[in-house]
Amino acid sequence: MSAKLETLSQNLQTHFGDKLRSTKLAVGELTIEVGPADYLAIMTALRDEPDLGFEEIIDLCGVDYSTYGDGAWSGRRFAVVSHLLSIAHNWRLRVRVFADDDEFPRVDSVTRVWTSANWFEREAFDLYGIAFVGHEDLRRILTDYGFIGHPFRKDFPISGYVEMRYDPDQARVIYQPVTIEPRENTPRILREDTYGDPAHG
Amino acid sequence: MADIRNFTLNFGPQHPAAHGVLRLVLELDGEVVQRADPHIGLLHRATEKLAETRTWVQSVPYMDRLDYMSMMCNEHAYCMAIERLLDVEVPIRGKYVRTMFDEVTRVLNHLLWIGCHALDVGAMTMALYTFREREDLMDVYEAVSGARMHAAYYRPGGVYRDLPDRMPQYQESTWTNAKKAKEKNENRSGTLLDFLEDFTNRFPTYHSEYHTLLTDNRIWKQRLVNVGVVTPERAMQMGFTGAMLRGSGIAWDLRKKQPYAAYDKVDFDIPVGVNGDSYDRYLVRMEEMLQSNRIIKQCIEWLRNNPGPVITDNHKVAPPSREDMKSNMEELIHHFKLFTEGIHVPAGEVYAAVEHPKGEFGIYVISDGANKPYRLKIRPPGYVHLASMDEMSRGHMIADVVTIIGSQDVVFGEIDR
Repeated sequence: MSAKLETLSQNLQTHFGDKLRSTKLAVGELTIEVGPADYLAIMTALRDEPDLGFEEIIDLCGVDYSTYGDGAWSGRRFAVVSHLLSIAHNWRLRVRVFADDDEFPRVDSVTRVWTSANWFEREAFDLYGIAFVGHEDLRRILTDYGFIGHPFRKDFPISGYVEMRYDPDQARVIYQPVTIEPRENTPRILREDTYGDPAHG
Repeated sequence: MADIRNFTLNFGPQHPAAHGVLRLVLELDGEVVQRADPHIGLLHRATEKLAETRTWVQSVPYMDRLDYMSMMCNEHAYCMAIERLLDVEVPIRGKYVRTMFDEVTRVLNHLLWIGCHALDVGAMTMALYTFREREDLMDVYEAVSGARMHAAYYRPGGVYRDLPDRMPQYQESTWTNAKKAKEKNENRSGTLLDFLEDFTNRFPTYHSEYHTLLTDNRIWKQRLVNVGVVTPERAMQMGFTGAMLRGSGIAWDLRKKQPYAAYDKVDFDIPVGVNGDSYDRYLVRMEEMLQSNRIIKQCIEWLRNNPGPVITDNHKVAPPSREDMKSNMEELIHHFKLFTEGIHVPAGEVYAAVEHPKGEFGIYVISDGANKPYRLKIRPPGYVHLASMDEMSRGHMIADVVTIIGSQDVVFGEIDR
């Protein structure tokens, strides 16, 4: 498998050269990072060049890096990560692009390259508020009609802001502020690198 | 001249043929669909966000509830992702157990699919037949995990425990007298593997019953042939995987192309369709059941002859045995740390995919080294397939929409997540 990825890595180098911000091979997977300006052109080439041949976009999702490593993150906040699959060559590739603006993240849409990116981008917009420029139908998809906010952002509480119930007095369903307290049974723990190392004591 | 305009019809979310909570807004010209706009998310539970607040192992049961028709396959992808990041090897017996249960799950899923699909299209009997067979397989689930559906049986590093030596027995009750209970218990007298083998021997007969009922049935063919035709090019553009892609004639199966678990050690064939219509997808899935049956048989044979551990002995990942825990200080500490704090997964990211009964089911995780995932993304096959609803149903009659939903094999647990 790794010999194959070497070939892919070389093909990527010849096509894109220094447009690739980074190329990383880890856990048997190849990841490239590209700039938002080159993103659409690179994605189109990834599909069209026969020696890359990514016919399918398997997945596309947003990521909010703001609390990564408990505050150790210094880069841009929002990224869009796509997983591509080539059926002809039987290889996969991960493409990451960071949106330039943290307040109003924008990334080019790849719906014209792969039809199936449509719902994935709608989902990333809905959950992270990443706007996809050139998307023709950027509506919310998973959250409720009339939902406010982007629930998968790290600053959105797990219990949300509103809850819905039937109100017998008004004889209709109403929204009200949440009445449950968020509760954490097991805290999130990030150990130092030397934790559990016998030499460390 | 009367003013003619398209008619908009709301289909669902409480429609029996919508397979759950699909709301489909159909724009109709007479009875012909001009545009289909699926509204999803009515079952959205934010599983991915919830997983960020749970330790790695605590999220395993959430996986069952995604595609609640193929529980163990979901767990498999999730556990594989964690194992890859941890660089933990599953013992070979664990791999075979997983392979066997993945295939049991595939048969379970396809049985439900053909039962409901036929029910939607008008063949009531199929559901009665397939639920009879599902019962046996659910008993297998129950024997191994204690739950008939939401098993939570796979763990990072292997499976929770080895296969049991005996099957649960029917007791005499108000509904079952002593004679009937004895009859029912006949194939349950041996181990789980004996019971499952008995099933695999019976299954081809059942399978041919389904063929007799449906394959050459005139009504069935009228409803399925040339409905929802997808060319191979469009299938790739729309991101199809699994039986949907194979129905369009592309021989792509992760079990063959990117083998995981013990799939490189078992023998099976990949059925491929020709026309890319609903009927071909039906035939592909039917044949897949027989191939699954074949794999289960090979796994039973291997598992009988090769005892061994089913979960890794790395106690930073999997708990030690109760006995060791009570006699050994080191193991006690491991046990305590595992169940209070949980596994720490090294920082990094990984995408693990399995050939789920519905297509490619993938788990993408980003870890920053904590005892909880930083980001978990589930790649559900049904989500992508349902997204093609508009293109697939355009120009078809409203009754064909039901056929297309059935042939996409969608389940809302995974689509809405």
